[in-house]
Amino acid sequence: VGLWGAQLGAPAIWVLPVTFPMVMSLGGVMALLGIPLPGVEIGIAVSALVLGALVLIDKRPPIWVAAIVVGVFAIFHGHAHGTELPGGQSSLLYSMGFVIATGCLHGLGVSLGLVHRWKAGQIALRAAGAFVAMGGVYFLYSALS
Amino acid sequence: VTAIPSRPTPARCGSTAAAIAIFWAFCPRAEAHLVTTGLGPAYDGIAHFALSPADMAVVVVLTLLAAMRGARTARRLLIILPGAWLLGALPGLKFPIGANLGWATGISIFLAGALVAADYKLPDSVLMSLVGAIAAWHGMVTASDLAGSSTPGLELTGMLIALMIVSTLVAGLVVSLKAFWARIVVRVMGSWIAATGLLMIGWTFSAKQ
Repeated sequence: VGLWGAQLGAPAIWVLPVTFPMVMSLGGVMALLGIPLPGVEIGIAVSALVLGALVLIDKRPPIWVAAIVVGVFAIFHGHAHGTELPGGQSSLLYSMGFVIATGCLHGLGVSLGLVHRWKAGQIALRAAGAFVAMGGVYFLYSALS
Repeated sequence: VTAIPSRPTPARCGSTAAAIAIFWAFCPRAEAHLVTTGLGPAYDGIAHFALSPADMAVVVVLTLLAAMRGARTARRLLIILPGAWLLGALPGLKFPIGANLGWATGISIFLAGALVAADYKLPDSVLMSLVGAIAAWHGMVTASDLAGSSTPGLELTGMLIALMIVSTLVAGLVVSLKAFWARIVVRVMGSWIAATGLLMIGWTFSAKQ
């Protein structure tokens, strides 16, 4: 998400990292309330595959389309986080922890993605997208096998 | 050799009763919801605030919300936030809330966080009313934890001091931010806090709790 935001530039560079945690928390609430979401692992794998591919091909959709794409995938990630918490733990600290950790990862992605301003950086960024997409393929294979 | 079971004698019963009485008289009271620093009630109040992420989140997000509107609004917040917190805390000490109202706390954190994330420009009067209402609510909830203490006034004072320090520092930091990207960082922080608030609502109704 951070890499793609950096590649798209303003306003996506901050709209996507704002959208993701907020929609992700909706997915978390769904899990907490016991609302099932089929294919969570597949959804997470596809998110890496699709977002990585979008960075690889340097796709530039309108900002609202990008926000929807990121938001849909965020639901799966949030649902997984909401399901993983063991009972009896501090819910608020856990929530803060995974939201902040996600945000920091976005920050890292945005920071790395700033290399987009240089020609060689653009190539490196697309290569990073390919790497993420390959990871998505691996996760998808693991989820389906 | 068979041990002869000792029979209770009046002297033994008396010494046991005396030991229990001494223990009862000098043992510290159980205060499950309070942080005891050993440095006195004011420091206990400071520690309670510092170690309560919900309280900290509320103060930070309300300060972010006001400070994004400029120095004048931030200065108003520095009076209204602790004032409303205190006004809410006074009835909370007298009539502590026993029910789990985490959902209401979650809603207030989510609402304020979403307003920061959206950089929504509320009129000052509406903004200050919102800050006052949320602060009074949290003051009441927090004071309910202090109600069992022997020195709730001092602990509340410590808590208010900590609250004022945090809000002053955050307000000063945000007001001084001039760069465009710095404002974006504040909005991102608002989105994190809003997400946390939303999750807090979910936790309240979750079967895991």
